[in-house]
Amino acid sequence: MGRDSSVNMKASAIAIMLCAMFVIVSFSGCVQNNPTAQKVLIFACSSDVDKLDPADVTDQESTARTDSMFEGLVEYESGGTNIQPCLATDWTVSSDGKNITFNLRHGVKFHDGTDFNASAVVFSFERQFNTSNPYNQYGEWAYWGYMFSDIQSVEKLNDFQVKIVLSRSNAAIMTSLAMFTVSIVSPTNAAKYGRDAFSHPCGTGPFKFVEWVKDDHITVDANPNYWRGAPKLDRIIYRVIKDPSARLLAIQNGEVQGMEFPDPASFTQINADSNLKLLTQPGMNIGYLAMNNGWGYNDTNKNGMRDPSEPWVKTPGYFAPFTNRSVRQAVNYAINKSAIVKNLYKGTAIVAKNGMPPFMLGYNDAIVDYPYDPVRARELLTEAGYPHGFNTTLWVMPVSRPYMFDPTKIGEAIQSYLADVNINVQIYQIDWATYLAKTQAGEHPMCLLGWTGDNGDPDNFMNVLYGENQCTIGTAGNVAFYNNTQVQDLLTLALQTYDTTQRANLYKDAQVIIHQDAPFVYLAHANQNLVFRTNVNGFVLNPTARYFFYPVTMT
Amino acid sequence: MKWYIIKRLLQIIPVILGVTIIAFSLIHLAPGDPARTMLGQHATQQELDAIRAKYGLDKPLYEQYFIWLGNVLHGDLGRSILSHEQVTTEIAARFPNTIELAIAAMIFAVIIGVVAGIISATRQYSAADYTVMGIALFGISMPVFWLGIMLMMIFGVYLRWLPIGGRIDLLIPFHHITGFMVIDSIIALNGPALVSVLQHLILPAVALGTIPMAIIARTTRSSMLEVLRQDFIRTERAKGLSERRVIYKHAIRNALVPVVTVIGLNFGLLLSGAILTETVFSWPGVGRLVVDSVYSRDYPLVIGCILVFALVFVFVNLITDLLYTYIDPRIHYD
Repeated sequence: MGRDSSVNMKASAIAIMLCAMFVIVSFSGCVQNNPTAQKVLIFACSSDVDKLDPADVTDQESTARTDSMFEGLVEYESGGTNIQPCLATDWTVSSDGKNITFNLRHGVKFHDGTDFNASAVVFSFERQFNTSNPYNQYGEWAYWGYMFSDIQSVEKLNDFQVKIVLSRSNAAIMTSLAMFTVSIVSPTNAAKYGRDAFSHPCGTGPFKFVEWVKDDHITVDANPNYWRGAPKLDRIIYRVIKDPSARLLAIQNGEVQGMEFPDPASFTQINADSNLKLLTQPGMNIGYLAMNNGWGYNDTNKNGMRDPSEPWVKTPGYFAPFTNRSVRQAVNYAINKSAIVKNLYKGTAIVAKNGMPPFMLGYNDAIVDYPYDPVRARELLTEAGYPHGFNTTLWVMPVSRPYMFDPTKIGEAIQSYLADVNINVQIYQIDWATYLAKTQAGEHPMCLLGWTGDNGDPDNFMNVLYGENQCTIGTAGNVAFYNNTQVQDLLTLALQTYDTTQRANLYKDAQVIIHQDAPFVYLAHANQNLVFRTNVNGFVLNPTARYFFYPVTMT
Repeated sequence: MKWYIIKRLLQIIPVILGVTIIAFSLIHLAPGDPARTMLGQHATQQELDAIRAKYGLDKPLYEQYFIWLGNVLHGDLGRSILSHEQVTTEIAARFPNTIELAIAAMIFAVIIGVVAGIISATRQYSAADYTVMGIALFGISMPVFWLGIMLMMIFGVYLRWLPIGGRIDLLIPFHHITGFMVIDSIIALNGPALVSVLQHLILPAVALGTIPMAIIARTTRSSMLEVLRQDFIRTERAKGLSERRVIYKHAIRNALVPVVTVIGLNFGLLLSGAILTETVFSWPGVGRLVVDSVYSRDYPLVIGCILVFALVFVFVNLITDLLYTYIDPRIHYD
C-alpha cells in the first residue's frame, strides 16, 4: 500500500503542477494589447522577405519591407508615380537625353553614421552592373538587366555631384530611378558584412534596422537623425502571418495594427468592424486571358530583340483558330467581364479594356470595350469558319496573384461563357514555377496570366507585354505571342520620346491596334487593399504597392 | 547494447545516401528551376543562363550531386539560392521552434491520450468509453487547419485568454541564446517572456497534438484491453492486489510497448509535418521552410531540410527502440 500511495502522490503532484501552470499561463496578463509608452506599430505581412538588399530582390514582400530603410536619388510623389527629389536635390538632362547630372543632398548620414555622398551613389549602382566590382558576385541584380541596362556608366563629378550616362535615350529612366532597385546603400556597411550585407541593411531612410528573426518578424526603429526629421512612430515590427484569416483575427484582436492582402471575402466583416478601416486603391496591374497567336522566335543571340536572322517559328501551343482575328474577337464578345469582376474579384477591381491601368500616362480611354454579346460571338465564329465551335484547352494559374484573386473560379467562369458559344474548353493546371516556364515557352493555346507594374511607366506594361520583341519562345513576356511589327515600332519610338504628350499619343495608337487585333481578353485591374486599426493614421497607398510609413502616426 | 547502438548509427549512412539521392533526383525532375523563380516573369534567356552557370545548375545531375556530397562531408550544406543565407543558418533559425512545438504537442498528446486510453479500456463499453473514443475519432478526422482556426476563434478572439499566433508578444524584450525560447527565457530569468512564450505555445500544441493524441488514445485502449485479458493479470487479481495497483503498476507497463512505437513514429511526423499548424499559427518552423523552398526550387535548401528530417527520423526511431528495453526488460539487443 505504501508504494501505491507514493505513486499516487507523485502523479497527483504532477497533475496539480500542470494544472497550475496552465491556469497561470492562461490568465496571467492574458493578451497584451496596445503599446502605451512607445508608439509601436505591428504590421502583419503575408510572407517573410527573401533578402533585405533592395537591389537584389524582386518580390513585393521584400521591397515593401526595405522601403522604410532605404531611399533613392528620386522618389514617387505621395500616392502617385510622378517623381520628386529625394537624395538628389535637382538634376539636369542633356539635350540628347543621354546624360543626367544629379546634385546630391548635403548633410545626410547613413544609419551606420557614415556620410551619404557621390561615392556611395556610384557604389550602389556599380555593384549591380560592373562585374569587376568585388560586390557584384554577391547578388543576382535581377532588375538591373531588365530595367537599367541602358545605363552605361555612373560617374562621380565631385563629392555631391554624379552623372549617369545612358547608351541610348530612354524616356522611362527617371521613373525607373525611383524604384527600390537603385536605392543608395552604405559602402562602409557593405564592406563590413561582405556577402552577408543582405541581412544587415543600412540606408538613409526614416527607419533603421534592428533585427530579423526569420519567418517571424523584422524590427525597425525610428532614425532620429533622418534628414526630414524623425518619424512619428518609434518602432515598426513587420510580423509574418501567412494565413489571411489569421491575419484578420490578429488585427481584430489588436495584436497587430495593420495588415496586407486581406481576403476580399472578408471585406463586409472589415467594414462592419468599427475598429478597422480598409484602404483601397486601383492597383498598377492587369489580369488577362491570352490566346496564343501562334508564332514566336528563338532569341539565339540573346539581345532581347527579334533580328532578321531569327525567323518566326510556330509556338508549341499553336492552335489554328486563335491565329484568326475574328475568333479572338469572338472570345472577347463571349465573356461577361463585369460579372467576373463583380462576383469573383468580389468587386475589388475594375473591368479592364486596355492592357495597362487607367491612371497611367498614355491610357486610351476613347477605346470602346467589346461588350458581352454571345450572339455576336457566334456570328463571328461562323464568319471565321467555325459555325460549330471547336475544342481547346485553357491553362489556369494554380496560385492567386494580386491581379487575379481566384484563378480557378475565373477559369471555370470563362469555361462556361465559352461553352455558350460552342467553344468547349478543358481546364489545365500545373504548379506555378512550371506554369510560368511553359506559358513563356508558348505551350498553351489559351492561358490566364497578368502583370504587376514595376516603376509606374507605361513602357513597363506596353513593351513588356505586347511588343513582338517579347515573343521569345522560352522567356516570352508577351504570352499571346502577338507579333505586330507596327505596334512594336510605336512602342520603341515611345520609349525614345521625352515629350510626354507625343509619347502618350504613341501608346494610345498602339492600344487601338491591339484592341482590333484582340490577342487578349483584358479582364480586370485589381485594387490593392490594406487594413489598419482606426488609431493608425496617415498611411497613403502608392500605386506601385510600396509601403511608406514615414508620415504614419498612432494615437 | 553498445554494439547495437554503433550498428544502428552506422546504418544511418546508407539511409542518408539513399534519401538524398532520391530527394536530389526528384526535385531536379520536377519542372521549373530556381533561376526562373529568382528572376520572375521578365527573365531573359541570357540572365537565366548566367544564374544557372553561377550555381552549377547547368552541370549533369550526378556531377551536381557529388559536388554537393563533397561539400557536405566538409560540413558545408551550401547557401540558399534564393536568400543567399547559409542553409545551416536557415535551418538552425527555425529548427528549435519546430522541436519546441513538437515536444509540447507530444506532451499534450501523451498525457491526454494515455489517460483517455486507460479510462476507456478499464471501463469498456461504458458511457465514458464511448465518449472518449468518440472524441478520439473526432480528433483523428479533424482537419488541423480548421481546428487551429476554431481554437484561435474561441480562445483568442472570444475568450481572449490566449494569443492567436506567433512565438512571443513582440513588445516583450527577448534575446535569442539557444533558439529554444522556453529555455532562453528561463536562462535569462525573463519571467514575462516565459509566460508569453508558454501562452503562445498552448494553442498550436493542442492543434498539432490532437491527431497523435487520438491515435495514442486508441492504441492505448486496444493494447490495454489485450493486456487486461492476460493470465498474469488474472493471477494478480487472484493474489488480491488492488485494481489500481494491477492497472497502474503491472498492466500499463506491458501495454505501453506498442504505444511507445506509435509515439516514436508520430514524433518524427510532428517534426516534419507541422506545416499546416505552422501556417495557421504563424509559427516560424522548418515545415514551412521546406514547403516554401520546394515551391521556389531552392535545391540546396530542400536537400538540406530533407537531410535534417531524415537524421531526426532515424534518431527518434533509435531512441524509441532503446526505450523498449527500459519499458520491457525482456527485450535485449545484444
